[in-house]
Amino acid sequence: MKYFPLIWATLWRKKTRTIFTLLSVIVAFLLFGMLETVDYAFSHPSAGVTGADKLITTNKYSITLPLPIADAQQIRSVPGVAEVTWISWFGAYYQESKNFVFALPVDADSYFNLHKGEFIVSDEQMQAYRNTRTGALINDALMKKFGWKVGDKVPLHSTIWTQKKDGSLDWTFDIVGTFSVKDPTQASAQSQTLLFHYDLFDEGRSFGKGSVGWFEARVSDPSQSAAISNRIDALFANSPNETKTQPANDFTMAFVKQFGDIGFVLRAILGAVFFALLFLTGNTMMQSVRERIPELAILKTLGFGDGMVLELVLAESLLLCVIAAIIGLVLSFAALPIIKQGLQGMELSPRALIPGMAAAVLLALIVGLPPALRAMRLNIVDALADKR
Amino acid sequence: MSEAIVRLRNVDKRYTRGKQSVEVLQGLTLDIPKGEFVALMGPSGSGKTTLLNLIGGLDTPTAGEITVAGQRLDQLGSGALARWRANHVGFVFQFYNLMPMLSAQRNVELPLLLTHLSSAQRKTNAMAALTLVGIADRAKHKPNELSGGQAQRVAIARALVADPTLLVCDEPTGDLDRKSADDVLHLLQMLNREHGKSIVMVTHDPKAAEFAGRQLHMDKGALLEAGTLV
Repeated sequence: MKYFPLIWATLWRKKTRTIFTLLSVIVAFLLFGMLETVDYAFSHPSAGVTGADKLITTNKYSITLPLPIADAQQIRSVPGVAEVTWISWFGAYYQESKNFVFALPVDADSYFNLHKGEFIVSDEQMQAYRNTRTGALINDALMKKFGWKVGDKVPLHSTIWTQKKDGSLDWTFDIVGTFSVKDPTQASAQSQTLLFHYDLFDEGRSFGKGSVGWFEARVSDPSQSAAISNRIDALFANSPNETKTQPANDFTMAFVKQFGDIGFVLRAILGAVFFALLFLTGNTMMQSVRERIPELAILKTLGFGDGMVLELVLAESLLLCVIAAIIGLVLSFAALPIIKQGLQGMELSPRALIPGMAAAVLLALIVGLPPALRAMRLNIVDALADKR
Repeated sequence: MSEAIVRLRNVDKRYTRGKQSVEVLQGLTLDIPKGEFVALMGPSGSGKTTLLNLIGGLDTPTAGEITVAGQRLDQLGSGALARWRANHVGFVFQFYNLMPMLSAQRNVELPLLLTHLSSAQRKTNAMAALTLVGIADRAKHKPNELSGGQAQRVAIARALVADPTLLVCDEPTGDLDRKSADDVLHLLQMLNREHGKSIVMVTHDPKAAEFAGRQLHMDKGALLEAGTLV
């Protein structure tokens, strides 16, 4: 600690340069924090299906290919399967494309039976939902976001499904109730969800009748999930609609990967940013040490050993990078709500920021070591020769 | 005659610059008694600064023995030499060589960072050194806010603060006007006479040399004569 005032004063020897260097590192770590957060969100997605006892069955070749709704009966007959329900991707937004709504057509009986105890809905509203063909149950957070009330009619624009009656992509639902989730870790994932009747969807759409996007099954014994998955897929082997059954979490990951290898893209961007940063900060540190050769020589003259001079320069680099990283990462943490708007349904976590500090220390060592070694090897007599 | 604080025996110093080898000091033998103020004079390139570097432990000889404050410097490695400098020598340079970003007080405290003194003790000692050189009122000022004479006083305070056995001064008045130079020389003389500091000073200025107790003249890497006490 006693060296801190010296290191701190040295860091601010050229204020303008230090400020610009700090800003560049701050921006890099702001980007790092945001991209790491997005990467975390994509690698830990929670699309509303969780639990070790849940299996998802999709078309073997692509989750975008449909399966016949009749397959539900066969899946239900597999020993160990307690319940089966079916869902399709509706792909909807409200008024503007930025207002994404996670609208899912579901079969009320099987869906709520499968998810028994996971949703909080009043009996009265659940009954109203069952009795209303155009009814929709909507997450509290989504209701609040758009200022909807029970009794409102909500028009949603589907990006996929046209209506049989007029070819329109606009579907209108009656809000009959709201729901929340018991598991707080699912609150964010379910915050955009709107549930409506599969029958309405299936009968109203102009194509794809009798098909589903995927099946969801609950198994009695989660330890048997792998065997049950194999049994389900064996049922449809060599049929026109072969299936792929996997745990719910794996399905969610596969769903996200439709968008490409997000992690790779983000890491590539970060790699480029840090590569540029290495040169920028490294060059600044080298220049700073070059300018201070006489001062470093004086420290050595006063009795500071080679090792201590190396440590002082490294500490300066560490201080610069860590301060900038903390500011950048805190800013990216503050930006979480903004990122959340663009990643609806994704779970964000500041835990993704932890690698940032490790990156800051690594960066400091890489950019600090060459000038620190130069300072350590400095010959006092040569360094002072021009200054005396 | 009191014991020698500086003792050189047959010291050679050779530098290699590219393919050229330059003989700077040749067979130099010298004793400087403890408590003496010695002025080293001579033309440029005569080897004064090289000799000062060797006495101050900034450089090592190519051959010969150097003993300063009872320690054989020619046998020490770089780390041990650094520790020895911290404990035994104070340096004063022509251009002060203060840290521009630190206040006068922080500059003076620098050598004390290598000790086990607390922050408060370091500050107290630094202020005492600044008071001794008559510049305590400028303790919070940075070097660019000080005149040349004031900056050199701060440099002297920094050289003194760890209570070294020997002060090594390389052209300490070379960048000062006559008045400031005389003030600094009076200060060095006071440190020698009243505080018993041994001082070796390189200078081109005959008037500055007059403040020393003995003048040594060098030419072409050898001592020409040993002056007598003034």
